[in-house]
Amino acid sequence: MSKPKTIIEKIWERHVVHQEQDKPDLLYIDLHLVHEVTSPQAFEGLRMKNRNVRRPELTYATMDHNVPTKHRNIIKDAISKKQMQTLKDNCKEFGISLADIDHPDQGIVHVIGPELGLTQPGKTIVCGDSHTSTHGAFGALAFGIGTSEVEHVLATQTLWQVPPKSLNVQVNGKLGKGVTSKDLILAIIAKFGVRFGTGYVIEYTGEAIRELTMEERMTVCNMSIEAGARAGLISPDDNTVEYLRGRRHVPQDQEAYEAISKEWKALATDPGAVYDATVVIDAEEIEPQVSWGTNPGMCIPVSASVPDPIHAETTSKKEEIERALEYMDLEPGQRMDTVPIEHVFIGSCTNSRLSDLRRAANVIRGKKVHKKVQAIVVPGSFSVKAAAEAEGLDVIFTQAGFEWRDAGCSMCLAMNDDIVPPGERCASTSNRNFEGRQGNGARTHLVSPEMAAAAAIEGHFVDVRKFTEATMQS
Amino acid sequence: MEPIKKHEGLVYPLNRANVDTDQIIPKQFLKRIERQGFGEFLFYNWRFTDDGKEKPEFSLNDQKYVGASILVAGENFGCGSSREHAPWALQDYGFKVIIAPSFADIFYNNCTKNGILPIRLNESNTEELIEKSENRQYRITVDLQEQQITDSQGFSADFDLPAYQKEMLLNGWDEIAVTLNYEQDIADYESSH
Ligand code: SF4
Repeated sequence: MSKPKTIIEKIWERHVVHQEQDKPDLLYIDLHLVHEVTSPQAFEGLRMKNRNVRRPELTYATMDHNVPTKHRNIIKDAISKKQMQTLKDNCKEFGISLADIDHPDQGIVHVIGPELGLTQPGKTIVCGDSHTSTHGAFGALAFGIGTSEVEHVLATQTLWQVPPKSLNVQVNGKLGKGVTSKDLILAIIAKFGVRFGTGYVIEYTGEAIRELTMEERMTVCNMSIEAGARAGLISPDDNTVEYLRGRRHVPQDQEAYEAISKEWKALATDPGAVYDATVVIDAEEIEPQVSWGTNPGMCIPVSASVPDPIHAETTSKKEEIERALEYMDLEPGQRMDTVPIEHVFIGSCTNSRLSDLRRAANVIRGKKVHKKVQAIVVPGSFSVKAAAEAEGLDVIFTQAGFEWRDAGCSMCLAMNDDIVPPGERCASTSNRNFEGRQGNGARTHLVSPEMAAAAAIEGHFVDVRKFTEATMQS
Repeated sequence: MEPIKKHEGLVYPLNRANVDTDQIIPKQFLKRIERQGFGEFLFYNWRFTDDGKEKPEFSLNDQKYVGASILVAGENFGCGSSREHAPWALQDYGFKVIIAPSFADIFYNNCTKNGILPIRLNESNTEELIEKSENRQYRITVDLQEQQITDSQGFSADFDLPAYQKEMLLNGWDEIAVTLNYEQDIADYESSH
C-alpha cells in the first residue's frame, strides 16, 4: 500500500504543473474569485503589458466590500463608485462573469462561492482576500493572495508556491449546548495565539469538527488566517456531499454526482497520515467567547474578567495588553458580562449565512433591542436574504428593532457607510477586532451570532446560555 | 520591479508586535485603483488625528526619522488582511527593507513582489537594532547578496531567505514573464486535466 497522505498532500500533488530543485512548485489554480478592492491594479497590470486572462471561465467576480447595504444604488463616495465601475469594466473587457451589485447572485465572495457550488472539494481556490480560507470547509485548498498574485493568476492560472507544512488542529469531544463553532475558533486562537498557524495549512479534525454543519465549518475555516495560517481545511464527508448536491456548478446528473462524490470523499486524510505538527483542544472546555482586545487572540469566556497586564510574561506582552486596554477603554479585572455596547452587527463572511441568522433570530424572537443599542443584520448574499425572508426571519429581526439590510461586507470593515463611530462599542459577528476596523476609534468585540443577539437585547454582554434559560422561564 | 542588491539607510524602529495591515493602511484608503500614492496614508490612524493633524507622540512623526528607509518591528508584522496596499504604502513612503522576527505569510510574499526586502531576523538582533535606533539616528547596511546586515560600529548579523525570493529581488524580475516560460507545462497540465 502506498504511504498514507493528508488531504493537503493529495490536493497539492494533483496540482503541480512544474517542479524543480530550489524553487517553489508551480501550482495550478482551479478557481479564482475576484472582488472590487484588490483587483483593479492587477487588471491594469495586464493591460500595461498587453496580457490576457488565461482562463476567464475559471474566474468569477463579485462586488461586496464597498456596496451600500441600504439604498442600494446610491453610492455617495465617488472613489468607491469608481472602484465598482472599474470592476465592471474589467470583467467586461476580459470576459469574466460578474455578480454585480443588483445581480441575484451577489454577495460576499466567501458566501457565494459555496452557495453556487463553485467551491468544491479538491480544488485549489484563490482570491485577493485573506478570508479565502473559508472555502477550506469543503476540503478545498483555498488561500488569500495579494494583488500581484491576482495578476499572476489572471495571466497564467498558476502560482509559485512552496509546499506547505501541515498542522492538525484536533478538537476532541463535543461542543456544549449554546456553544458555537465561532466560540470554538475564537477559543482555539485565544489558546494557541495569532501566529501559531503561520507557515502552515491547518486541517481541523476530531469529533467536534465532524459534527459541525457545513456552515459551521465555514465559520471555523474562515478564521484560520487569524491564527496566521493562509489556509485551513476539513476533509470532505457526507455533510459536504449533501450540502453541495444540486447547487448550480456541480454535476446535476445523479449518477455523475455520485461518481464525483466518491472522488471527493477519497480526498480525506488517510488514517495514519503524518502531520508536521498537531495541537489538541477539548471541545467540552469551551465556553461562549468575547474578544476584549485588538486582535482575535485576545478572547476570553464571557463569564471571565479582562486580563491584568501585570500578569503578562514579558514586557512586550505587557505593553501590548496595556495598549489594547487603552484603545478598548477597559479596566483590568472588569467582568466581560458587565461591558455595555452601543452597536450590534450580525453579518460578514464568518457569520452571515442562513443558519447564523436563524440562530440569532431564535434568541431575539419576541424581544426588543435595548434602547441604547443600534443593531443591524446584513445577510451574506442576496440568496441568503431571500431564503431568510421566505421563512420570516426578517420580520423577527425588524420587530425586535434590528435593521434588515442588503448583502455585503458592510460593518465588518466599514468601507461603505456602515461605520461604528469613534469611541463606541460593537458586538460583532465578524472576524477582526483590529484598531479602527469598524471605523476610526471604534471598539470591536467578536462574538457568535447568538451572543450578539443576546447582547443587543440586554445592552451588554451576557452568557447566551443563561439568557435563553432566563427568558424561557419568564 | 526595481532590483534591490545592497541598501544603506536610516532605521525607523516600531517596537510593536502583531502590526496588522489595517494599521499599515486603513480601509478608507483602499478605494483607489492605482498602485501609487499610498505613502501619505501609511499608519494613518497612528500618525494623524481625526482632523488630519500630525500626532507628535507617534514616533514616525519624529524629525530624526525623516528619510528612514529601513523599518524594524516586532513579531508577526503585516498580519491580517491580504491588502497589497500595505507594502505599496510602505514603499511609497520610502521604506525599502523591513526587518522583524517574523512576518505574516501573505504580507511577506506581497513585499517580495514589489521589490521590498523583508528580513526575518532573530529576536535578539532585532531588539538590538531597535535599541540602537530608538533615541538617535542610526544607519545600517543591508547586503542581499551576502545576506548580511552591518553597521559602521561592528554590528553584523546574517539572515536567511528563500533562494527563489532572493533571485527575484536581486534581479527585479517580472514574475509573470518568468512563468510564461513554462507556458508549455501549463498547457500540458490543462490538456491532461
Ligand atoms: S466580510 Fe469582512 S472579512 Fe469577509 S470578505 Fe468582507 S471585509 Fe473581508
